[in-house]
Amino acid sequence: MDPDLAIASVGLSMRFRGGQLAVDNIDLAVPPGSVYGFLGPNGSGKTTTIRMLLGLVYPTDGHFRLLGRDGIDGLDQVLPRVGALVEGPAFYPFLSGRENLGRCDAADPVADARTAKARIDRALDQVGLLAAGDKRYRAYSLGMKQRLGIAAGLLQPRDLMILDEPTNGLDPQGTREIRSLVKQIAADGTTVFVSSHLLAEVEQICSHVGVMSTGKLVFQGTMAELRGRGEPRIAIRTADPQLAAKELARLGLADIEADETGPQGDEGPVVTASLGDQEPDVINAELVRAGVRVSGLRCVRPSLEDLFVQLTGEGFDVNG
Amino acid sequence: MSTASAAPVQPPANLPPLAAKLRHWLRLFCSEIRIVYLRPRNIAMLGVLAVAPIFLGIVLRVNAPPPGSGGPSGAGEFIGQVTDNGVFLSLLSIAVLITLVLPLAVAIVAGDSVAGEAGLGTLRTLLTVPVGRTRLLLTKFAMIVVFCFSACVLVAGIGLAVGALLFPVGPVTMLSGDTVSLADGLGRLALIVVYVGCGLASLGAIGLALSTLTQHAIGVMAAVLVIVVVSQILDAVSQVAVIHPYLPTHYWLAFDSLLRTPITWSPIWHGLFSFAVYTVIFVGLALARIRSANVTS
Repeated sequence: MDPDLAIASVGLSMRFRGGQLAVDNIDLAVPPGSVYGFLGPNGSGKTTTIRMLLGLVYPTDGHFRLLGRDGIDGLDQVLPRVGALVEGPAFYPFLSGRENLGRCDAADPVADARTAKARIDRALDQVGLLAAGDKRYRAYSLGMKQRLGIAAGLLQPRDLMILDEPTNGLDPQGTREIRSLVKQIAADGTTVFVSSHLLAEVEQICSHVGVMSTGKLVFQGTMAELRGRGEPRIAIRTADPQLAAKELARLGLADIEADETGPQGDEGPVVTASLGDQEPDVINAELVRAGVRVSGLRCVRPSLEDLFVQLTGEGFDVNG
Repeated sequence: MSTASAAPVQPPANLPPLAAKLRHWLRLFCSEIRIVYLRPRNIAMLGVLAVAPIFLGIVLRVNAPPPGSGGPSGAGEFIGQVTDNGVFLSLLSIAVLITLVLPLAVAIVAGDSVAGEAGLGTLRTLLTVPVGRTRLLLTKFAMIVVFCFSACVLVAGIGLAVGALLFPVGPVTMLSGDTVSLADGLGRLALIVVYVGCGLASLGAIGLALSTLTQHAIGVMAAVLVIVVVSQILDAVSQVAVIHPYLPTHYWLAFDSLLRTPITWSPIWHGLFSFAVYTVIFVGLALARIRSANVTS
């Protein structure tokens, strides 16, 4: 395992007592300074992986390193440098937000009690909860609870933040707040590992992405690499679909499909084909020369959503 | 951006490592104490414990039993004496509450200790801080011990205060018939509080161990109470006398030997030994369990 990676794992697996393999042999590589989106449908093993990384559950096989430290022996030394939010925020409902952070800080074996108040105020301020700090946690809205969870991770300067579904259950406004918070944390140089089942969210903030499906890591790489996986296609709207298809075949394009009604059902016949390495303007000129009445021409890359469905199978919960 | 090559975070303050460590344990312990004593439910429960001696005192004041009445052991021993000497209200309160109410209070706090955190999800929050599993568990046990003693002191203290208010107070007549000075009597009361506190702490250890097995605190509370009740029932069945010394509650009422002159120490030592064995076994089990458990709550 590369010791420079923020998170690295080899063959990491977790089999529950019932025999179910929740995480199946995954090799994570999270570069330092990245914002790594950990994607996958609900139940694909994301949370179990995160629980392993944080020492809450023990892997049944494989190894991992966190910030260069061994994930079993060195975890107690390294976790103080890791901020975490696992499966939603969990605090004492009868304590205020400030008291809850005080409790977290008291639990931290390396925190200095003398600076606790200042650090708690700063963390509350960072997540915009300073005014509501003395309100009981019970009275917090879901968004405030999530933000308090992140604030707990900000009590100390961290090298790594691990956030499990930080926008789960939030309204668009709350989602935006969390997103800007994550961006801000990343801008400070902290590596952020954020799990989500929301594609749009990951797309907007992540530089790297890992995709889980039924316990396996089916893709890992930069966002650009993921986008690059999609084969671009050319779509031609035309009144002469047969002729267009023939001409495209002559030009050497593969995977030609003629659709008499178009994808929306009302835009007339559309012919699509895999573009390969051809230039769309050349194709257009050739089509026109062959007498095809071209009324529209588009290059389409498959959306991230399409790519995810390819990777994880149908039924991927792209919109939450 | 420091990652692999950075040194682990050093404890702040210019303290030797051991002192710094102790300080962090103490800080967690104080936080634990705050959580327990600030919790509305626990405050209500301590309120009930405080009201019981007041209630007993008023009942005995209004409706005094004939002098010398009462049963052969336990609470009965003290009923007839309360009207003569207020100090006995304190003893009576302990003897009455030790059978069920004090164990209930301990069951609630011990049952909640780990299972409650797991149920709220705060266990995962604390563990990822990282609090350290051993540190958390031992701090929890220290909190339970403090709670047991504070509950006994509360009952005894209120009993003493109400007793002094409603009844005469003076030299204390022992169960053996001798009379000792008030100071000596209060000293023995203090010893009894310590002894009963130790007994409750051993029950707390059992609750702590059960609490590491589940995230349903209410189940642990029920289980602890079942253990107390079954143990007391078995203790009353002479046919199973052979197992009596091994029952967790068998020595709880042995404190009455502290009210004899001279004090018969042997039941006290047996009791303390029994409490110690239960405590060591169950705290050990709790430690083994929490260190190996997968936390999925």
